[in-house]
Amino acid sequence: MSFNAVVTWWTENTRLIELLVDSLGQTLVMVFTSGFIGFALGIPLGVLLHLSKKNGLLENSALNKSLGIVVNIGRSIPFIILLVALIPVTRFIVGTSIGTAAAIVPLTIGAIPFIARLVEGALLEVPSGLVEAAQAMGAKPIQIINKVLLPEALPGIINAVTITLVTLVGYSAMAGTVGGGGLGDVGIRYGYQRFDGTVMMITVVILVIMVQIIQSVGDHLVKRVDHR
Amino acid sequence: MIEIKNVNKVFYQGDKVINALSDINLTIKQGSIFGVIGSSGAGKSTLIRCVNLLERPTSGQIIVDGIDLTELSKQELTLTRRKIGMIFQHFNLLSSRTVFNNVALPLELAGITKKQIKNKVEGLLALVGLEDKRDVYPANLSGGQKQRVAIARALASEPKVLLCDEATSALDPATTQSILELLRKINKTLNLTILLITHEMAVVKGICQEVAIIGDGKLVEKGKVGDMFAHPKTALAREFIRSTLDLSIPEDYQARLQPTRIENSYPLIRLEFTGASVDAPVISHVAREFDIDISILSSNMDYVGGVKFGLMLAEFLGSEASAEQAIQYLKDQKVEVEVLGYVV
Repeated sequence: MSFNAVVTWWTENTRLIELLVDSLGQTLVMVFTSGFIGFALGIPLGVLLHLSKKNGLLENSALNKSLGIVVNIGRSIPFIILLVALIPVTRFIVGTSIGTAAAIVPLTIGAIPFIARLVEGALLEVPSGLVEAAQAMGAKPIQIINKVLLPEALPGIINAVTITLVTLVGYSAMAGTVGGGGLGDVGIRYGYQRFDGTVMMITVVILVIMVQIIQSVGDHLVKRVDHR
Repeated sequence: MIEIKNVNKVFYQGDKVINALSDINLTIKQGSIFGVIGSSGAGKSTLIRCVNLLERPTSGQIIVDGIDLTELSKQELTLTRRKIGMIFQHFNLLSSRTVFNNVALPLELAGITKKQIKNKVEGLLALVGLEDKRDVYPANLSGGQKQRVAIARALASEPKVLLCDEATSALDPATTQSILELLRKINKTLNLTILLITHEMAVVKGICQEVAIIGDGKLVEKGKVGDMFAHPKTALAREFIRSTLDLSIPEDYQARLQPTRIENSYPLIRLEFTGASVDAPVISHVAREFDIDISILSSNMDYVGGVKFGLMLAEFLGSEASAEQAIQYLKDQKVEVEVLGYVV
């Protein structure tokens, strides 16, 4: 495709471009809002899962088991089903069950257990000796969490953030089901259902670039905070 | 300073009951360096972890500076632990914090102001000789430097007691000596009571004034370091000292070893010198007196607290009769003699 061809396509398709820009915005809003809220709730849940484990700092097997079951249930429901099943909850929280804001609710709820497990895994990587050393120097449990566990697990947690955001990019493609919009939705409606290969290609390329950027930024941050 | 009274620790492994510690009693004086030595699995790690209740004893009392730790509430225990420093075999430094911030951690926990922390930490880094490493991350330090940071960190909250859990076991001999030197220094300058556990005889010999031997979860023997090594009272203590002195017979000798004396063979003898042995130049004396030549194969002699002790493997070259006489003479001098066999 020569430069001229691109320019011609550009001028002839301003409406489509507008649509792509809008949907890119919607995807970004969905991914980052649900990611942000997901982490605000998922990190504490992951910490709790880790601490309540056997021989954990706040061992509580009843709590650990019940949280584990809830998290497993959350993780086993296919996202497309969760999206539809959560419609009443969504309506209760945002007042409507269609649109970008409405898609954020299932995305967030889908992300929380996912994040919790990833964070739990990251915390597991922290050598138990460090917690012991902190206990020996008279750290309270909350201080151990804030000053030892979370900072030491930070590279793993950032990695978890990266993986989650990339997964959310994928999940957000299904948001079209509830009128959430986004690039995935454009790809399905314009690209697949209207047989427009170009639109399909453009959405896919944008998604690929987005994932690349998220991954690179994540990797870079991990490198910066990892002093192990 | 530290009193360990009738401490028992039982672990349950499924249905199996493991007595990790049985009825341990120890008193460690203020300002002393006390060593607990034992082979791995003897329970010494459990013992030191009981002192700050990282491991809660099944029964018994742990009294540190007049406070019975086993009776404290969780919060009280947390605060009391700030007066008990601890260092570990694997240092346990936070990889996410620089040297400075690692040492600052106990002070942060205690809620001390930034300015005070800075002064305190810089003083501590000077004490352990790491001023130039303040902004370095632990990953870029050597083992010895890491342990120095750990010591500075343990000292930050001005503890009265320092617990050393195999603190030199991951270090090479030269570094071990420099860390022991540092421990001796802080013991003197800060009048700090140090309890250390180790499996290395060199550590106990190097800095401890008193020592306890622990085996199978039981306190086998305790006393002044010199006395202990020179006059071990119990069989286990002796065995332990001997195992640390271990002199094994070289393989080619082993192959040539005969159980009985045959033509042209000479006895291979293990001599054990203890505090009870007569302090005299017995080897040259025996050679002269009984007209034998003594070929020393290997020897591990040591001098602790005014007594010589150790093991020696030697061949007695001479007639059968003179060798017998020499052995009898050595026995009379209270040297333990064991004929291991006859070398062709």
